[in-house]
Amino acid sequence: MAPIVTGRSLDFISHSVAQTQRIGERLGRLLQGGDLICLEGELGTGKTCLVQGIGRGLGIASAIASPTFIIASEYPVPNHRYKFYHIDLYRIETVAEARAAGLEDYFYGDGICVIEWAERVRELLPEERLWITLHYIGDTKRALLFKPQGKRYEELLQRFRAKAFGSQ
Amino acid sequence: MVLVLGLETSCDETAAAVVADGREILSNVVASQIELHRRYGGVFPEIASRQHILDIVPVIEEALAQAKVGWDSLDALAVTAGPGLVGSLLVGVNVAKGIAWARGLPLIGVNHLEAHLYANWLIPPNDTRHAVQKEQIPPPQFPLICLIVSGGHSDLVLMTGHGQYRVLGRTLDDAAGEAFDKVARLLGLGYPGGPAIQAAAENGNPCRFSLPRAMLERGYDFSFSGLKTAVLRIVQRYASGGKERGQARYRLFSSPTASAQRQLPLADLAASFQAAVVDVLVKKTKRAAEEFQVKEVLLAGGVASNKLLRQRMSAQINVPVRYPPPILCTDNAAMVAAAGYFKHMAGERSSWDLDVRPGMALK
Repeated sequence: MAPIVTGRSLDFISHSVAQTQRIGERLGRLLQGGDLICLEGELGTGKTCLVQGIGRGLGIASAIASPTFIIASEYPVPNHRYKFYHIDLYRIETVAEARAAGLEDYFYGDGICVIEWAERVRELLPEERLWITLHYIGDTKRALLFKPQGKRYEELLQRFRAKAFGSQ
Repeated sequence: MVLVLGLETSCDETAAAVVADGREILSNVVASQIELHRRYGGVFPEIASRQHILDIVPVIEEALAQAKVGWDSLDALAVTAGPGLVGSLLVGVNVAKGIAWARGLPLIGVNHLEAHLYANWLIPPNDTRHAVQKEQIPPPQFPLICLIVSGGHSDLVLMTGHGQYRVLGRTLDDAAGEAFDKVARLLGLGYPGGPAIQAAAENGNPCRFSLPRAMLERGYDFSFSGLKTAVLRIVQRYASGGKERGQARYRLFSSPTASAQRQLPLADLAASFQAAVVDVLVKKTKRAAEEFQVKEVLLAGGVASNKLLRQRMSAQINVPVRYPPPILCTDNAAMVAAAGYFKHMAGERSSWDLDVRPGMALK
């Protein structure tokens, strides 16, 4: 299945949980401190699954489970001083609530931050980010659309595309 | 008689309790924040910690008054140090340090999961059913398997002695209680999800919908994310009026509309979901009980209040299955005091630099 590629974004169909995790893992290997990844997609589209892969790509050994209950989980990143933050806004519905919870510190920090349900706090987020939208297509199929905003993320996506799918 | 004051503020309940000899509850006070958090469909951290600050002192005073004990009668102070919400944990731990320092009491930091497990050592309050003396209810016998299931955890633990744990498995994605909360929200049933789904499932047909049971054959880990997604697909199918799924594929689903709810066989879907969760929990616990040849199985955590889970466990497992009454399954401080008592007797102490550990695991 060849990915549909435009200059600025990447569209990909995953056929399994394992494939979504592998895609996350490949992306995770390219991330660095300060990176922000925003995930948008309904329940059951594979957001947490993708994050598990990203964690694996960063070399995080501990299992990454859903942080819905505690909203933000943090993990040390091996060989780096920054941390990996996994944030789940499932239970946060407004920008005011996110502000009250002190979540901006994560968005603008020096760690790697992945946010599930990021669309709920769009106006709080830095302009530059990688936005990934996940859609349900079939029982085992999910569409993933990667959209970079800013130079860092355009380069990141180019490298990711080359690593994950070979050059065009 | 050794008296331990327990404090618990790991999540949305501010609680204090006095327990004698690790088993007898002299008082058990809980200021619940459920009403406050209902509109968020779960616990909202910043609000939780602010409320703990307001409630903690009155709750402690009430616990001492109900137990009819003064500060000088206490032997130790136990407090939940993790896992939980960082802001919430900080309130309990700092109050505990202040009191322990001022009163010269030993300070004992307790793991919240361990505390849930020790709820099974407590003599159930007002146990008029048996009307027996506390001496006649024997404590749990080792080795044992404990299933801890709550909003934030699903852990299967082998316990070979006091403080001797081995975590056999835990959830790889959603906790069991989290699955109940998310599905309750999908079905428009409100928060907390466990009791809401149990009530909705009362007269439902658990075989109406065939839902996935992630057995993950090789180990004792759990996964409830796929089950949640399967329920979502069914709700969407009904919401789209039974149209082909393809037509609804990109539809964003937030909450079921009134008309969708009318068509949705709510009781059957709730019952089918509940049966799927219980099935997996029972099968894995039973397998662990057999593999490790334990003397008892304990249930702990909020989901341990689920009636179907209790019935199935007791019916399908060949060793005695013990579970606390619902009031001791949800977060409370009596369980913290009980866990603290056994640590106190083993000579364990926390130092003044005791810190909160939001991601603390059971060891």
